[in-house]
Amino acid sequence: MSEDTLLDVLEVMHRIRETEETITRLRLSEDIVGSVHLCNGQEAIYAGAVRALELSRDAVFPTYRGHGWAIACGVPPEAVLAELLGRESGISGGRGGSAYFTAPAYGMYGENSIVGAGAPIACGAALAGRFDGSGRVAVASFGEGAMNQGAVHEAMNFAAAMTLPVVFLVENNTYSELTPTRDVVRNDQFFRRASAYGMAGVRFDGNDPDAVRDAVADAVERCRNGAGPVLLEAMTQRIVGHYIGDVQHYRPAGELDAAIAAEPIARAERMARAAGVGDAELAALRQRVVDEVDRAAQAALAAPLADPATVEEHVYA
Amino acid sequence: MPEIIEKTLSYAESVNAALARALEERPETLLFGEDVAIPGGVFGVTKGLRRKFGERVFDTPISESAILGGAVGSAMFGRRPIVEIMWADFALVAFDQIVNQAANVRYVSRGALTAPLTVRTQQGNAPGACAQHSQSLEALFAHIPGIRVCMPTTNQDAYDLLLSAIWSDDPTIVIENRTLYHGAKQPVRIGGPVQAVGGVGLRRSGSDLTVVTWGAMQHRVLAAAERAAAEGIDAEVLDARWIRPLDLDSILASVQRTGRLLVVHEAHTIGGVGAEVVSRVVESGVRLSSPPVRIGALETRIPAAVQLAARVLPADEDILGAIRRVAHDVPAGRVEAMPVGAR
Repeated sequence: MSEDTLLDVLEVMHRIRETEETITRLRLSEDIVGSVHLCNGQEAIYAGAVRALELSRDAVFPTYRGHGWAIACGVPPEAVLAELLGRESGISGGRGGSAYFTAPAYGMYGENSIVGAGAPIACGAALAGRFDGSGRVAVASFGEGAMNQGAVHEAMNFAAAMTLPVVFLVENNTYSELTPTRDVVRNDQFFRRASAYGMAGVRFDGNDPDAVRDAVADAVERCRNGAGPVLLEAMTQRIVGHYIGDVQHYRPAGELDAAIAAEPIARAERMARAAGVGDAELAALRQRVVDEVDRAAQAALAAPLADPATVEEHVYA
Repeated sequence: MPEIIEKTLSYAESVNAALARALEERPETLLFGEDVAIPGGVFGVTKGLRRKFGERVFDTPISESAILGGAVGSAMFGRRPIVEIMWADFALVAFDQIVNQAANVRYVSRGALTAPLTVRTQQGNAPGACAQHSQSLEALFAHIPGIRVCMPTTNQDAYDLLLSAIWSDDPTIVIENRTLYHGAKQPVRIGGPVQAVGGVGLRRSGSDLTVVTWGAMQHRVLAAAERAAAEGIDAEVLDARWIRPLDLDSILASVQRTGRLLVVHEAHTIGGVGAEVVSRVVESGVRLSSPPVRIGALETRIPAAVQLAARVLPADEDILGAIRRVAHDVPAGRVEAMPVGAR
């Protein structure tokens, strides 16, 4: 990865992280209420994957842990923060909240609070592409916990049987909510399931944005060439709880420290330093993003609340 | 718009004619589901459409989540999918895609995305059908804001309502009935303008009480109404063919004239759409001359044996008894004692 590219990716990862940190502060101050799921530690997947996508025609279907996808797709942090704060200026006007907002103008077709439910919908987006000539590739991204949902199985078989251009991107952070995933499956190498569907399956380091970009680029190319769906398994670690307030008592001693040591932002900074980027430049880059997200938070907090008089709008045509 | 011609069609042929018209006139339509394409459907309803319309009509795995999710996703991207869920009971394995997904697309995106999809399914009891192939589940669908639900019963409605559903920009559930598919052929007007969703069908004019019903049950209701007429009770029968949106205005206009209300459906009564009809009529403040009554399936599961199922579902005698009860303002339990012809 060139130095410019590395710094671009680092900036996106900082923007995701700072947005999540800001959300955490606003949740603890109760400006934001309700259940919030953060993606700290998984940023390289989003920052890497979008480099291989054409978001003007491709479509990403993330999950309730979707703030990072949104930011990587280009949704301004202010629109994400305003959404969680119930503002009219939120990306979904406060209708979606933390776990279910959508940003179709950015190629991000909605978080989903139902585990695995986005996978069949992504198949539909790919199916539409077969008839509209767009060459669209649909990316269904979900945690490895979703690999045990029936809808995901149905989607994988449907996509494979119909040779649909779908990239199933598993963000394997090794926890199914609070339960170690290896405790609830016989084989936790999920990419191996691909062959059962007649798909290619690839596992790679999800904390390496380059590895993610390459894997997604290969999968997208395969899809666009009409070779059908691909199952990607990006290995990563959450460095926060399943939700804000989850104290992660279930994680064995040392695991979190190891995850923090391997998390993608510090790692990308180490790579940048090795490539000759100075500490001052890295600090300035981060500070620029911190300031940007801080301004976004101030703007979001100052924005008007979504109007209760509008709650019955957009139910029907 | 094709000009109106009249053809003599069965209910199944009427559905097929509507699908053919939609596929012909709306290139964005897709038709898919289990066995719908090359086999032509387990009830033969979609026969010939694959041959005529090619890859826009295709067979799927036995995967209701994939079928419905595929419909939601393709609808979000400009297609107008029509999918078949072979039995309404089977929708339950993929209810998420209807309730949590399709119903929310427009709302959460504030209209930036829509889900103009049509789910064709069929429901109800038929001789020998088991508990998982017999339920009448319209209330489950109708409970969900964002979803439209209709239940065509006449051959004409099988054609008209399906087209209204396909033309609608909202996710719409069309609940057919397999006992009707291959019944008598009737003249059906094909072509002409597609109607907007909503409205009731007036199946029998009458002045003594209003019977609101829907689905195949209305044939029993109409038969019971004729028997009641012989006793001097003149029942008006409305087919509330659109369950959501419910055409309350038409129901109220009728009840205002008759002052009496009976609702008959094949579904269970508790939490059923009949409860909704009765509530809304009562809430409207219209003066009723006798307490409103609703009848539906008994509070039990649907057994397979014919004589058992017959006891569970509203029978002709049950409906006639309820008509008498409402017409004569007789307390429940005393219907049998009413002399025939008494007013």
